[in-house]
Amino acid sequence: VNKIGLNEFLVSPAEVARRRGPHDRIVMSSRVRLARNVQYGVFPGWAKKPERLRVLEMIRPAVEGLPELKSAFSQTMDNLSALEKKLLVERHLISREHEAKNVGSGVVLNRDETFCVMINEEDHLRMQALRPGLQLRQAWQAIDHLDSALEEKLNYAFSNDLGYLTACPTNLGTGIRVSAMLHLPGLVLAEQINPIIQSVNKLGLAVRGLYGEGTEALGNVFQVSNQMTLGESESTIVERLEKVLAQIIEHEENARASILEKKAKMVYNHIGRAYGILANAHSISSKETMNLLSLLRLGVDLALFPDVDRSLADELFILTQPAHLQRQHSEKLSAEERDLLRADMLRERLKQVSRPNIKSGGAGDAGLDKAGKS
Amino acid sequence: MVCCICKEKPATVHLTHIEGDKMQKVDLCEECAKNKGVSSTPDFSLADLLLGLGASHEIEQASGGVELKCPRCGFTQADFKKSGRLGCPGCYETFADGLEGLLKSMHKGTRHTGKVPEGLRQTRDASERLKTLQQKLAKAIEEENFEQAAILRDEIKQTTSRVAGPVST
Repeated sequence: VNKIGLNEFLVSPAEVARRRGPHDRIVMSSRVRLARNVQYGVFPGWAKKPERLRVLEMIRPAVEGLPELKSAFSQTMDNLSALEKKLLVERHLISREHEAKNVGSGVVLNRDETFCVMINEEDHLRMQALRPGLQLRQAWQAIDHLDSALEEKLNYAFSNDLGYLTACPTNLGTGIRVSAMLHLPGLVLAEQINPIIQSVNKLGLAVRGLYGEGTEALGNVFQVSNQMTLGESESTIVERLEKVLAQIIEHEENARASILEKKAKMVYNHIGRAYGILANAHSISSKETMNLLSLLRLGVDLALFPDVDRSLADELFILTQPAHLQRQHSEKLSAEERDLLRADMLRERLKQVSRPNIKSGGAGDAGLDKAGKS
Repeated sequence: MVCCICKEKPATVHLTHIEGDKMQKVDLCEECAKNKGVSSTPDFSLADLLLGLGASHEIEQASGGVELKCPRCGFTQADFKKSGRLGCPGCYETFADGLEGLLKSMHKGTRHTGKVPEGLRQTRDASERLKTLQQKLAKAIEEENFEQAAILRDEIKQTTSRVAGPVST
């Protein structure tokens, strides 16, 4: 176990943003989470403090002893500051529910942030594997392996009929939640996102916002995940999600091509304005920043910023969030102060970025000609 | 979106009910929602919301009006109604009757077909093998094939020692 503080332990946003994976133009990350409970314990939401502590003390060393979690960061939630917990939420490493936990809960995070285990969240164990880009199968294999190693040390609550027993019946059976974080600005701009969400819902999959359950889709980022966990195997669930994601990726690419062809002015207008505000604002909220960075990211994808790598947008996505901004300053910042500092950072980082390069510009643009004729 | 009951006021309460592979969406205005017993107050059951309003009711009915209480952890159906979550792994046995319909409505099936912990898988395989052996033994005795019966009896003895390990709930 690593003894250094969370702030020093976390991988730098620049490094996180540089990680590459298949289809990462659209799929920002993949995640597989398993819910597990120990046999003779009471679920965390119903257990009293001594019982939660007993379970934490039984599970934590078992998790720390796994080869995947060698020299991991391991801490109890009561020993983490509010800021540290927020940093973990902004990195999508722990849930908002876990952020609210204190005595009797814990978190174990490996060195390169590809495994994160929450102890005593809604279930005794919520373990997740994270990968950049579209790598659901790899994430499932990784967490399956970790789970198998852990089951040698812990007696899981398992029934032959119902599978892994979980606090909420919605997770019963496999306890698996397979999800991908998607950047879908094309579908949003083409106003095709709602029918897509509806048809994905019809397949029994959930579409959520950036921070999971009940959050809005800031920055055109959507999470797609399975809802049903009982009655089919983990690999069936993974495969279905893979198929649906392949279709969403195709729709997003088509939407981007079609808006460029039919509504190029509208796209350039959005991206140009986003650039203008990000590079020149003196005060900007985190919500506005995310929505504009999404357009900057789209601009990079469309080769409008030839000297910029997509990782700049992704790095700024992380760096401009409230806890990550606060982290760089010793004194406690108010929301207004954060907005000023966020704008300062964005102006500084976008100083060397030239304006969007729109070929032959204005009405002479090929996309607009086509739109005019059709 | 307009409320699908009064067809006048804007719908602010949206419910999704999934049964098998069919999904139904209901959009209600504040007032009609209240009349239908749906509220958005914090103590409103998550289970009810998720499961199309019948979850805890079903548990109540299955128990024949008697308040069920988990002997292992003291969790009651009223607690489930409040939180939508159970108290301990044992609750799945305590509330089994009421949960069945609920699981059917929210999942693909009601039987687990995924991963099984290795230790339990061995035990489960052994107990299934035991069942087959016992059937064969009965048949051998019936046919007065005592030589075969003796072999089977030894095999059963061996398998039994393997099944005697830790057993799941």
